[in-house]
Amino acid sequence: MKRRDFLHLAGLGVGASVLQSVPLFGRDIGIEEALTPVDVALKKQMADVALNAAKSKGATYTDVRIGRYLNQYVITRENKVENTVNTESYGLGIRVIANGSWGFAATDKLDKDSIAKAAALAVQIAKENSRLLTEPVKLAPQKGYGEVSWKAPIEKNAFEVPIKEKADLLLAVNDAAMKNGANYINSILFLVNEQKYFASTDGSYIDQDIHRIWPTFTITKIDAKSGKFETRNALSSPMGMGYEYLQPNAKGKINGITTLYGDRYDMVEDAKAAAAQATQKVTAKSVEPGKYDLILDPSHLWLTIHESVGHPSELDRVLGYEANYAGTSFLTLDKWESKKFNFGSKLVNLFADKTQKGSLGAVGYDDEGVKTKQWDIIKEGTLVNYQAIRDQAHIIGLNESQGCCYADNWASVQFQRMANISLQPGKEKKSINDMIKGVEKGIYIIGDGSFSIDQQRYNFQFGGQLFYEIKNGKIAGMLKDVAYQSNTQEFWNSCVGIADQSDYRMGGSFFDGKGQPGQISTVSHGSSTSRFNGVNVINTARKI
Amino acid sequence: MPILTKEEAQALMKKVLSYSKADECEVNLYGSDGGNIRYARNSVSTSGGVSQSTLVVSSAYGKKSGVATINEFDDASLAKVVKRSEDLAQLAPENPEFVSFLGPQQYADSKTYVESTAAISPKDRADAVATSLQIAKDNKQIAAGFLENSAGFSSMMNSHGLFAYNTATNVAFNVTLRTEDGKGSGYASKGYNDFSQLDVKKVTAVAAQKAGGSSAAKAIEPGKYTVILEPAAVAVLLENMMFALDARQADEGRSFLSKPGGKTKLGEKLVDERVVIYSDPLNTDLPTKTWADDGRPQEKITWIDKGIVKNLYYSRYWAQKQNVKAIPGPDSMIMQGGTQSLEDLIKGTDKGILVTRLWYIRSVDPQTILLTGLTRDGTFYIENGEIKFPVKNFRFNESPVIMLNNIEALGKPERCVSGESTNHYLLPPIKVQDFTFTSLSDAV
Repeated sequence: MKRRDFLHLAGLGVGASVLQSVPLFGRDIGIEEALTPVDVALKKQMADVALNAAKSKGATYTDVRIGRYLNQYVITRENKVENTVNTESYGLGIRVIANGSWGFAATDKLDKDSIAKAAALAVQIAKENSRLLTEPVKLAPQKGYGEVSWKAPIEKNAFEVPIKEKADLLLAVNDAAMKNGANYINSILFLVNEQKYFASTDGSYIDQDIHRIWPTFTITKIDAKSGKFETRNALSSPMGMGYEYLQPNAKGKINGITTLYGDRYDMVEDAKAAAAQATQKVTAKSVEPGKYDLILDPSHLWLTIHESVGHPSELDRVLGYEANYAGTSFLTLDKWESKKFNFGSKLVNLFADKTQKGSLGAVGYDDEGVKTKQWDIIKEGTLVNYQAIRDQAHIIGLNESQGCCYADNWASVQFQRMANISLQPGKEKKSINDMIKGVEKGIYIIGDGSFSIDQQRYNFQFGGQLFYEIKNGKIAGMLKDVAYQSNTQEFWNSCVGIADQSDYRMGGSFFDGKGQPGQISTVSHGSSTSRFNGVNVINTARKI
Repeated sequence: MPILTKEEAQALMKKVLSYSKADECEVNLYGSDGGNIRYARNSVSTSGGVSQSTLVVSSAYGKKSGVATINEFDDASLAKVVKRSEDLAQLAPENPEFVSFLGPQQYADSKTYVESTAAISPKDRADAVATSLQIAKDNKQIAAGFLENSAGFSSMMNSHGLFAYNTATNVAFNVTLRTEDGKGSGYASKGYNDFSQLDVKKVTAVAAQKAGGSSAAKAIEPGKYTVILEPAAVAVLLENMMFALDARQADEGRSFLSKPGGKTKLGEKLVDERVVIYSDPLNTDLPTKTWADDGRPQEKITWIDKGIVKNLYYSRYWAQKQNVKAIPGPDSMIMQGGTQSLEDLIKGTDKGILVTRLWYIRSVDPQTILLTGLTRDGTFYIENGEIKFPVKNFRFNESPVIMLNNIEALGKPERCVSGESTNHYLLPPIKVQDFTFTSLSDAV
């Protein structure tokens, strides 16, 4: 599902009228069925049919993914539950190497003949395409793990919570917003469960159970007199967690000008604050364009990290595999080879981590059977590594993959996707207040907003949800119409302060788009509140 | 499941409805076969074939509705999916906005299916890519591209007697050529219902020419410029305006079409009087399905006529509430133009910038549909009616509403594909003044 389709579906930011015709991208099922995973022995049987069929047709390597992808969404507006949907998508994808070339085929018919037919088609495609190869695919070696499994360490399976409880929560959220001055609210709870089985000719049979949750809302406040309107979105984050994310506790909160959330989210409290803040936004001061020191909250900074660090350090982009769509990267191989490329200030350490608890990208093994791990991308401001998969590892001198392979569905071919990329907290003890204290002329930005970056990841522009003017170390009031533009290298070199570990929080994307045909991926980015000096801020107000 | 004929689909859905015990029942049935091939670094990378089908059953008891789908088609599975949708409906909360399913409708026959396109094989796709790669090699450039084709059917039937059926074929091809030194990049994209209309050689040659021509671009100051936008660049700006033509959003006061006091700009002049935007499922250059997914007929609708907002689209619920005709959102967009070619527009320009592609478009402010994004893959400075030199890419911040008020000339419309939504449109190249570029980008 594309991000735009989802926004249409959820009525967030665009016409809510589409809610009656929900685009289905999976098979709708009763909730009771979602709770029973497909028998592992049956999946192994199906996988072996595919592995043997591909081998008999001439494949020299084969992997099989049998996926059961469950989604549940509860969609509401004001005092109405507009939709509750359970979907399941279940099928099998076969990827092969034959004559040195990749081939792929997928089917939702899981009888022996259909699986064998799909395997034969994958091999046929590989052989057909091999005449267009410049060099054969070279896979980094990967040991087989035998029959293993991994489960996301969730505390409460959100699919087991009754639909009514979830609908009641969203209606309470909406009620809190409406009572506090909102004109409209659209809220949604989105749940994902990926039950993935992977098998390959390397001898792995890997069964995994992955959970994700994203509660979010958009509140609209309209000034009847002027006809102007402002919105404020939830300060939640999509997480690789169960329903425990929606059970707030004091430990998961940071109090300040507005309450911020870590690994627990108080949706009702946030909606109440959001309604008041959307109202405040209507009459807030329109920003004076110019250079400001920016204090960026993790609920905002995750997206800047995602676009300006996560994407350019993807090795497939660096090599040109995404040149026709997502783009290439300014982090070219010569910059990495020099071991001197100054990406950011000495304070800046950015690391990839596919194991981080509660993150969207956390799995035990990636979609080509590689065990996940953590590694550095930027070390004290210098580019030191990329994100690679098996057929690219040799290009940067690695003898094993970094485990970044992912497919969004059984029907999609797996390819390199972003690992969780996060900014290491500062070593000095510093709170959010300590960060604001030192700023003479600045803006404190909370929440993610509009975002855009060029195809090589130099020039970007970001908005936000809440903007507070900082004058002489103190918050001086709310601003609106704020967006900042910068260049990636210049921006990260302007980083002069990072709050400590106690402020470290994750944000993330549910709909990171890449590839042709387009696929989505989910990924988290952690950081602590950070300061960037002298960033160019523009005013986005227009008259039409 | 193969692509079902009208009669086969009808028979299957009749059987599904015969299992229904709900107040109302509606069935949608889809199936498609498709394949794709992707290449980069002058070599094939990934490709595949996918075959999928889905049966969707919606059941309703009063204002309680439930939806269930399945992809197995034996009698037991059909009975099971109907029962499952009924169970969901009975568990669902009542939705005050639920509207009863439609009764029988009349639909025009669509022109969206081309038999020969349905028969494209992995070999045909590989042959097309070989042609494209040869042009890259001849020009000493590096190619990355994508070719995708699909053939499918969609159909629906309900307990009130509605029946609809459509078949469609599609092919989409896009390619980026880059110079070996990485200093030049060009892109071209085309999409059709009929594979025989796709000239891979010609499309790749356009990308090659732009790549060569855009090498070693000069930096010029950002600011307001007269700009000629090729149709693919027009598409990504205008579609954001079309996506926002929802009546409810406007009536509720949260759209660029909203006015103080609950009023809207429907019926008012919004943009230059040369602007006429409509949708027409029977247009021969851009045929689309003649019915919407909820069974409403898709007809020719003029959205903007001589600069005036003529129509907005409605959900059936909102139309009923407002007591107006429930016009569904369109499947495509056609903008009237003139007779001038792109070359004519360039010839008539003293000073300006030719934008061939825009990228990473995001809404900055829904109140004004202010959009931001960047130029990409070939941006050129025009002086005295000629392209003088390539320029470095810009970031823009501009509203399509402001842009359509600043029109200098419209060229001849052509079928193009949005690089953002992948929707197909029929749009002219447009020359506008005072297009706002706000910063420079080093990206090639």
